[in-house]
Parts: sequence; C-alpha cells; structure tokens
Amino acid sequence: MHTSSTLTEHTADRGRAGHVPGLAHHFDDLAQQRQAGTLGMWAFLITEVMFFGGMFTAYAYYRYRYPAAFAAGSAHLDVTLGTINTAVLIGSSLTMVLAVHAAQLGRNRDIVRFFLMTIGLGLVFLVIKAFEYGHKWRDHLVPGRHFRWHGDGGGGPVQLFYSLYFAMTGMHALHMVIGMALIGVLAVMAGRGRFTPQNHNAVENIGLYWHFVDVIWIFLFPLLYLLGVHT
Amino acid sequence: MTTLPYSSPPTELNYLNVRYTLASWLLSVDHKRIAILYLLTITFFFALGGIFAVLIRMDLATPSPDLVTSETYNKLFTMHGVAMVFFFLIPGVPAVFGNFLVPMMIGARDLAFPRLNLLSWYIFATGGLFTLTSMVLGGVDTGWTFYTPYSSTYANTHVISAALGIFLTGFSSILTGLNFLVTIHTMRAPGMTWFKMPLFIWAHYATSIIILLGTPVVAIAIVLVFIERVFRIGIFDPALGGDPILFQHLFWFYSHPAVYIMILPSMGIVSELVTCFSRRRIFGYKFVAMSSVLIAVIGFLVWGHHMFVSGQGMYASLVFSYLSFFVAIPSAVKVFNWTATLYKGSISYHAPMLYVFGFVGLFTIGGLTGLFLANLGLDVHVHDTYFVVAHFHYIMVGGVIMAYMGGLHFWWPKMTGRLYSEGWARLGALIIFVGFNLTFFPQFLLGYLGMPRRYHYYPEEFQVLNVMSSAGATILGVGYLIPIVYLVWSLRWGPVAGPNPWGAKGLEWQTSSPPPTENFETTPVVTEEPYAYEEDAEVAVAH
Repeated sequence: MHTSSTLTEHTADRGRAGHVPGLAHHFDDLAQQRQAGTLGMWAFLITEVMFFGGMFTAYAYYRYRYPAAFAAGSAHLDVTLGTINTAVLIGSSLTMVLAVHAAQLGRNRDIVRFFLMTIGLGLVFLVIKAFEYGHKWRDHLVPGRHFRWHGDGGGGPVQLFYSLYFAMTGMHALHMVIGMALIGVLAVMAGRGRFTPQNHNAVENIGLYWHFVDVIWIFLFPLLYLLGVHT
Repeated sequence: MTTLPYSSPPTELNYLNVRYTLASWLLSVDHKRIAILYLLTITFFFALGGIFAVLIRMDLATPSPDLVTSETYNKLFTMHGVAMVFFFLIPGVPAVFGNFLVPMMIGARDLAFPRLNLLSWYIFATGGLFTLTSMVLGGVDTGWTFYTPYSSTYANTHVISAALGIFLTGFSSILTGLNFLVTIHTMRAPGMTWFKMPLFIWAHYATSIIILLGTPVVAIAIVLVFIERVFRIGIFDPALGGDPILFQHLFWFYSHPAVYIMILPSMGIVSELVTCFSRRRIFGYKFVAMSSVLIAVIGFLVWGHHMFVSGQGMYASLVFSYLSFFVAIPSAVKVFNWTATLYKGSISYHAPMLYVFGFVGLFTIGGLTGLFLANLGLDVHVHDTYFVVAHFHYIMVGGVIMAYMGGLHFWWPKMTGRLYSEGWARLGALIIFVGFNLTFFPQFLLGYLGMPRRYHYYPEEFQVLNVMSSAGATILGVGYLIPIVYLVWSLRWGPVAGPNPWGAKGLEWQTSSPPPTENFETTPVVTEEPYAYEEDAEVAVAH
C-alpha cells in the first residue's frame, strides 16, 4: 500500500524516531497498541458472554419449567469425570498464568513450556469429554431419533436437558479447540523469541481468552452435573 | 476545526491510485478500500432486494393471485426482507461510511485492527454467498424472522444455508463494531476529547455497543435453530415441551436493537449534514450525543413489543409498552435539535441537504406511527397488517436509506475526488421522496382498513390503494437508478472536487480528496469543538 519511506515520514511526525519492533504502522507507540489490543479482547469476551448467555437463558427457562426432568437428566451425568475435568481445566489456567508471567519477564523458553502444558491439559479435558459423550451415545441419551428414556420426568423435557447439555458443552469444547490452536501459534512465535517485557500483549490476551473459557465451564459444571446430586 | 496547516496541493498518491491490481484491493487492509468493497457488495444486495420488492408490488397490483403462487410469494417477501435487512440496512451505513470515516474523523491512520476489518468483509461476502445459494436453489419461505417451529419443523425450503449466511454476517458486524469501539477509545488525535468528537462518531460508538451486546444473541438463536434442523435436536420443539416463544425472545432481543443499528449511524450522518448546510453549530451537542447512548440502552429493553399477540404475559407486555413509548424521547430530542440547528442558519439546498429534509420528515412519521404500535390496544388492531409494513418502511427506507443517500452524496467527493451533477442529484432526491411516499403512505391506510401483510391476493376494495403503492414503487425504482448513472458518470467526467468542496468542518475534509493511504500528511491536532461554522459564517458553500 505504501512505501517504507512514506511510512517513516508519517510515523516520525508523531514523535517516534526509527522503527520500533512489533509496532504496527497505524499506532503511535507500543502503549497505544497494547491498550487497543487489551480493550479489543475484553470487548470480544463481552460478545462471548452474550453468546453463551443465550443458551444460559434457554437453560434457566426450561429448568424453571421442568425441574423434575432436569434433575433426572442431570443424575445420569458422570459427576466423577466432570469433577476430574474441572480440576484439569483449573490446572490449565494455572499453567496459562505462568505462561503470562514468563512473558512479562520476556522468558520465551518458559512461555513455550507452559503453553505446551496448557495445550496438554486441554487435550486431557477433551479426551475425557469424548469418553463421556461416548457413554451418552451408548445409553441412548443423545437427542434425536436414537434417544430413549425410561426413567421419570417424561422423555420430552429430559431430551431438552440433553439438547442443552450437548449444545453448551459442545460450544465450550469448540472454544477450547480454537483456544488451543491459537496457543499453538503463539508457542511457535515464542519459540522464535518474539515476546519481550515491552511487547507481549498477544500472550496476555490469549490468557484472558483461556480464563474466560474456564469460567464458562465453572458455570456449566454445577448447572449440568451437580443439579441431580442435590435433588 | 483544527490547526492543521493544509495548504499544499493534494498529494499525487492517494488510496485509490496507489496500486491498481485486483489483489491490492482484495488483500487491502486500508479502511478506505474496505469501505469501497463493502459499498459494492451491499449495492448488489440492495439491487437484489429491490428486484424482489418489484416482483411483490407487481403481483399486488391486482387483487387476484395472477403473477406468482402463494408459495413463491412467501419466498419473495422472505428474500426481500433477508437481503434488505441483513445485507443492506444493518451493514449499510457502518460498514461503508463508518469504515471510511471513523478513523478520518478522529484523526487516526486506520482502524485499530485493520486485518480484522478485512476479515469482516470476507466473512460478510461468505455469508452473502450462502444466502445467495439458498436463493438460487429455490429460496426460503419462513419470513425474514425465521420463527420456529416454522423454520425448524415445517419449512422444507433452504433454511439452513440462509440461516448460516445470516449467522456469518452477524460475525462480520461484530468485528466491525469491535473495531469501531476500540478505535474510538484508543486512537483519537491529540486534543480530540470525548465531547469534541463529531456526532457521527458518537452515533457509531453507540451502534458498536448494540452490535457487541445484541448480535451474539441472535447468533446463538440461529445456531440452536440450525442444530434443531440438522440433528433433529429439539430446543424449540413443542413436541418435546420446547417453547417457540423462547426463540422469539432471543430473536427480538437482537432484532429490535438491530433497528437502532440501522438508524443510529443514519442519525449520525444527519447531524454532520444539517450543520454543514445550515452553517450552524449543532443545537445541544451533548443532548444529541447522549441521546444516541440512551437509544442504545433503552433499545435493549423494548423487544417484547414485537410479541404483544404471541402469548407473552400481560404484565410483561405492559412494561414493554411503556418502555417503547420511552425510547421515543431520545429520538425526539434529535429531531427537535436538528430543527433548532436550522433556526437562523444560512441554509443551502444541495442534494445531501434535500435527503436530510427527507429523512427528518419521514423519520418523524415513522416514529409517530411507532407510538401507535407501542400502544397495547391499538397494536392488537393493526398487528400484522400493512400499517406495520408502512411504519417500518418509513423508518428503514424513509429514514435509513434517505440518510444513506445523503451521506453518499456528501462524502462522494471525498471518496472519489470528483463532483457529480448537482442538478441531476436534486432531481433524483425529489423523485425518491415522491416515489417513497406514494409507495408507503397508502399502506398505512390499507393496514388500518384491515389488509393483512404477507398475502398475495386481497379483496377488490383495496385495489386503488394497492395500485397507488405499486405505481409509487416504480417511481422509487427510477429514483434509485438515476444516482447510479450520474455517480458512475462523475468518476470519469466529474469536475475535480478539491479537499473540501462543501466548506465542511470535520477532520476528514482537512486532507486531500481522495485521501492518502494513511489519511493525513501530518497528524492533526484538535483545538476547536466540532461544527464551529459560525466563526466563518460569511464563507458560503463553495460548490
């Protein structure tokens, strides 16, 4: 679009001499760039809250309408596997915090190490989730023509519960997959020594995203798994 | 409005001629080029939606169902609504003028996330292709609202690809809104404090908030319909105890605020134009700015007025009714302040200003009939009649498209560097105004007399008004064709515009036309409040 000479002319008149590594042409300085990136990620997370909020609304409404069926459906979820997964995910948040800390110190090698641990824990979570989905398929609890329900509460509303279960956990898992792919990209960048104490905003932002995905699970776990235990 | 020393002739290199290859357009991260990509795309969808409208009005010229079958008619009004709402009205002003102007008006070199901006266009185009595919394969007949169980259980048309297309355009508008929000927060030029921002920026700021909070909700509603159709998982299925009203709540939680996504940026355009062509400061700057924010907030609390007869609780309807009346207040604040701005101004009747007058008049009629519909008892009477159709066309066509055309004429010299024929432009504006009123005013009468919407035949006593409406649609169609001719003509033969043909005050006029890739030769420093027209009141509009 522009030659590099015009670029320096334009940027120079905002009081910046020479090229700052990692600074995009349309920002004045790294502070402005970091501010924009952070605000952008928070704004994006707000859209994510609203996105999941639609499903939480549907869940709240149907649970209010069919409390018995929701409790009965919930009782067939595997609390043990769910608890293990909760612990795994919280552990992955810890490794993510450590990666962000390493980035603040500019230790790229540590960033790579903690990123790989985060991806590993994410994989453990998804494998356990896959086993759970398999069990539900075997027990005819996947909604659709295959669905069979012989317990209390009526098949229809229980199927609603499982529709929401698969929609919500499925959407959560999709967010994890996307997050892990992004962490992979950033790990490669860290491997090339790209992050410095002054410029590591991408790591901070992926951290925000990963914690958000965690928090969604912290809401899903009691709503879906623990509901049946209490009633 | 600034101390920017603009004296030198326009730089030879600008965003249009810096490169000519197709790839330099399709891979450009320049907000101005992306705005042009959007302009071309949405013009295509506007034409497409217009063709569907023409077919609808042709069929309705006679009481008997003689042009199309009922099923085809259902598809026509659905595809007219889908193309116009999701691919023209919602992206229209923000994606074209917002993209082009938000960075320039605040003195920035680009939006905060230029690559996301390009991505948003690609997502939009992909969504458009999905929706086009569904149209080519035979269309959709659910109405643009995709109500369940019609869209999930009973429709056997191409709902999935149409819904997927709309889902994708939602994400494109989320990226645009996010970009605006961050850019306005973090990239204003030195001296441009919040209350020195042009009102166009305030309008886009409020719009961004609506986009960010509303669009994800309709996205998830569409996802749920999608999986209900594909996997037969019944989240809204009454056979399983599911509730179709829940879909309506999720849908209108976005789709009513979406009306403000359309109208707020248009109001931003009007604020820019009315000050420039009356050579006056805006009357009550802070009130106009804050009314945008207030509309964004209250706009989220009125969605239930679409569901007065859907089986929504009576007390919920009461609250929604009151809140719907309440949202009229900030809208009226704007209209009164524009009118007060004109007072003692030196008004010039250039084409953009004619569109402003059209906007204010038609939006007022659309807004006042909105109060009829917010009234619980009256709404039951006119619900699902042509009264509603006329009401929202006065807001959307009479409001949004009038402002869109006004903005297009106002900033065309900035975008292209050329002036169009003023005489033809005024004629076009006049024809559009006449054609619009002839098309839609009879529909108020038809609706009040009891003609329901979405039927392609009607009792013979309604024919006179329907023929008037169809005739008006023809005139309106001609009105939209005229600008295409003279605007395209101006690209080659129009006089060179110069940096500021209107003597306008915004930062975007302080740089050359068309602007250079990074917008400004030197970063502007803002020292004055916006619309400081009265300091040099003796300077008439140059053109």
